[in-house]
Amino acid sequence: MADVDTQREAVLEALDNVSTRLTDEKSYLTDLDSAIGDADHGSNMQRGFSKAAEKRDDFSEMEPHEVVKNIGTTLISNVGGASGPLYGGSIMFASQELEGGITTESSVAFAEAYLDKVKDRGGAQVGSKTMVDALVPAVHTYKKSVEQDDLPPLEALAKAVDAAERGVAFTTPIKALKGRASFLDWRSVGHQDPGATSTLFIMEELLATAEEYLDGDVVRDARADNAVRRDE
Amino acid sequence: MIGLVVVSHSASAAEGIAEVAAQMGGGNARIVPAGGDEDGIGTSPDRIRAGLEEADDGDGVVVLVDLGSAVMNTELAIEMAADVNAAIADAPILEGTLNAAVETTSKKATIQSVVDRAEEAREYRKLN
Repeated sequence: MADVDTQREAVLEALDNVSTRLTDEKSYLTDLDSAIGDADHGSNMQRGFSKAAEKRDDFSEMEPHEVVKNIGTTLISNVGGASGPLYGGSIMFASQELEGGITTESSVAFAEAYLDKVKDRGGAQVGSKTMVDALVPAVHTYKKSVEQDDLPPLEALAKAVDAAERGVAFTTPIKALKGRASFLDWRSVGHQDPGATSTLFIMEELLATAEEYLDGDVVRDARADNAVRRDE
Repeated sequence: MIGLVVVSHSASAAEGIAEVAAQMGGGNARIVPAGGDEDGIGTSPDRIRAGLEEADDGDGVVVLVDLGSAVMNTELAIEMAADVNAAIADAPILEGTLNAAVETTSKKATIQSVVDRAEEAREYRKLN
């Protein structure tokens, strides 16, 4: 296990990366949300993660799981809408799985706790056209890759991101059953879900951060079977 | 006395519902509107939490909600306000708040009795 300082640094780096990415994708996410929602997902997510990233100095003495918890509470207060409780509340809840430090094992527990809380809070299942459609394949693939296939965490995470990407694509041709998009009924078909999309972006940045800290590159290909190959 | 918090996406809707319900409750009910968020339309866990603390005199609080994030943010606010005993009523927000306001002024009111009275409003029909 990496020492506490390295773990904290990696969490803060991930936070910066996610914040930068969501700033870059703000208008794209808002475009997706304007089709089937209330056109605020991009600005809400950007604002929440930027606020968290601004608190970097306040986090510099905390244990890694406390940093994660505080990112969650900052999102709760600053994201707004349903995304505040779903992203922020679930990060806050899942952070307790990291109390003993960030390891491959605890990261699986974190991912499962996050998924459980999102499903519990929002009431969505796979096929509801929500972030759950990206999360379920991602978390299941991550857990299986680590626990059954004994893949190194970086490769497991890359597979999980691929799975999330396929989940995002799956949201386009289906009808929304949860969230504001569900009020559009059949008119929601044909639009990609913004929450699943931002979930994918966050996961891609977690992967990029993990590549940096676990020292390796992986090639992703969501459609290939043995999707992940190590780059030499 | 059991307090009430009204959580709507619109701050003015929450205030208006609280106003109508206060009249039904004979002016004695404790009804706190907690609608809208910093940007206008929406719900805010911090506002709801403040509403819970304001409405609670130690006997507990029942929350009436509109939909979607109002429910999620209220659940979160209840978790955050650990020292307030609170429950959400699964009821139409206006009719439920009226019923609840009447019940809170009963001497025997409990959180459960207020929730039950609010949830009776689910059956109400407007036209016979």
